[in-house]
Amino acid sequence: MNGSKFDWGAARDVLPLLLHGFLTTLLATVLGTLVAAVLGLVIAIARRAPSRLVTAPVRAVMEFVRSTPLLVQLVGAAAVFSSVDPLVIGIVVLGIHYATYTSEVYRAGIDAVPRGQWEACRALSMSPRRTWQAVVLPQAVRNVLPALGNYAISMFKETPFLAVITVEEIVFEARKYGSDHFAYTEAFTLAGLIFLVASYPTSLLMRKLEKRLGH
Amino acid sequence: MATDPLEKTPGSTPGSAPPGAPAGAAPAADSPSPSAPAATATADAVPGQRSDTPMIRFEQVEKRYGDHVVLDKLDFEVRRGEHVTLIGPSGSGKTTILRLLMTLERLSGGVIWVGGEPLSHARTPGGGLKPATEKQLRASRRKIGMVFQQFNLFPNMNVLRNITEAPISVLGLERDEAEARARELLELVGLGDRVDAHPTQLSGGQQQRVAIARALAMRPDVLLLDEVTSALDPELVAGVLDLLRQIAHDTDITMLCVTHEMSFARDVSDQVLMFDAGRIVEQGTPEKIFTAPEHRRTREFLNAVL
Ligand SMILES: Nc1ncnc2c1ncn2[C@@H]1O[C@H](COP(=O)(O)OP(=O)(O)O)[C@@H](O)[C@H]1O
Ligand SMILES: [Mg+2]
Repeated sequence: MNGSKFDWGAARDVLPLLLHGFLTTLLATVLGTLVAAVLGLVIAIARRAPSRLVTAPVRAVMEFVRSTPLLVQLVGAAAVFSSVDPLVIGIVVLGIHYATYTSEVYRAGIDAVPRGQWEACRALSMSPRRTWQAVVLPQAVRNVLPALGNYAISMFKETPFLAVITVEEIVFEARKYGSDHFAYTEAFTLAGLIFLVASYPTSLLMRKLEKRLGH
Repeated sequence: MATDPLEKTPGSTPGSAPPGAPAGAAPAADSPSPSAPAATATADAVPGQRSDTPMIRFEQVEKRYGDHVVLDKLDFEVRRGEHVTLIGPSGSGKTTILRLLMTLERLSGGVIWVGGEPLSHARTPGGGLKPATEKQLRASRRKIGMVFQQFNLFPNMNVLRNITEAPISVLGLERDEAEARARELLELVGLGDRVDAHPTQLSGGQQQRVAIARALAMRPDVLLLDEVTSALDPELVAGVLDLLRQIAHDTDITMLCVTHEMSFARDVSDQVLMFDAGRIVEQGTPEKIFTAPEHRRTREFLNAVL
């Protein structure tokens, strides 16, 4: 060990491992976001159902998911579904966790579609299904795209929790290399830099998108 | 133009009897339903095809919001093809009447008849009437089209799609057919060159013309127009009114029109209804209402707007 000096050799060694782990991080983020985007929409529509038989259970599950920490949900799910690939569990749990937030975003986006749009659909005798498909959802999704993007970035920064359930993402690799070679400083500094390099331009891109959509 | 864009589809018999409502099953005169006292009068012939069946009939129609009575036991009739203008001070219930006809609101009491069939109600096997379900409302609102003050075009679609969406998804037209007809209607409203435009690229007057074309594309029997020029810049009003004059002149569509444009009302109306506080205070030909109004409220109102 060379005291507090940064070991460039170790950094060079760990970089390929970290980049490999980063692919898993990206995969978890993209698929997790997809789950959150689709499931959030389903929840938002279900919560507008006329029957409390639908809305009450949906609300209860949402409350439960939101009031327990992500880490606890991950560990719990990994324990219950011990035969399932941890990466799959990670993606699903992240997706469900974030769906409870994206559903609120969708709800706001749907509420922001003016009443006149619904009335125009009714005046044209359009079915409820077609009203949602052709008019309400396209406008609502446009309203919510920037917020969904911001949740994707937060999810990206929470993927290190997946290391706890042995998903071999970037932080998992950093910790492994760090303990094997006693080079935590190098491994975690580089991991942090990779996150920074990936998420900062993405945030800038999101801000641009928001401006373009006129938010 | 090969075909008349305003021609009715053959076979779309307005007001054909719904299933479970045999035309001969006239309700008993002592019908237990208090809201349908005169159901017998129109149920015994093929509805909607008798020229003496009113296109629209309001029968003791009431609308309340809580304790606030907006329409008070309203009765009136509109003949097939008639052009009726609703005038009256703000808050007198004009918009509510159109919204009830468009089934955007539910009645608090009474019955609305369209083409001899109950719009707001469904016939029961026993011959009475019960409030219509959402599905039944969707079937009956097909005869009616509406143009809104704020246009309400779909901003996520171009002009052509705005017009073809409902003919394709509701009437089941083929895309080609729907688009051909939409182009004809756009020619009619003077926007033949804006087929691909986006609603936000159009002026208010142009947007309202598209909205009129969109409503006509569904070939309604009845067209409802709620202050369709009120949101327009003054220089754009005349063009839209001219278009409506043309439609009134060239078609047999029954028109109900809420407007503050009194010269327009005078030109196109067969009948003018003057409203105040949810009641008709005076009704008659435009000549009578505009030149010799009998009621004090009518005179006050006309003095204020003319
Ligand atoms: N959703 C509603 N809730 C409560 N009151 C309403 C509602 N819609 C309309 N009203 C009331 O009904 C009355 C008639 O309104 P409206 O039909 O819009 O009049 P007009 O079109 O003649 O100006 C007004 O007093 C208005 O405040
Ligand atoms: Mg009004």
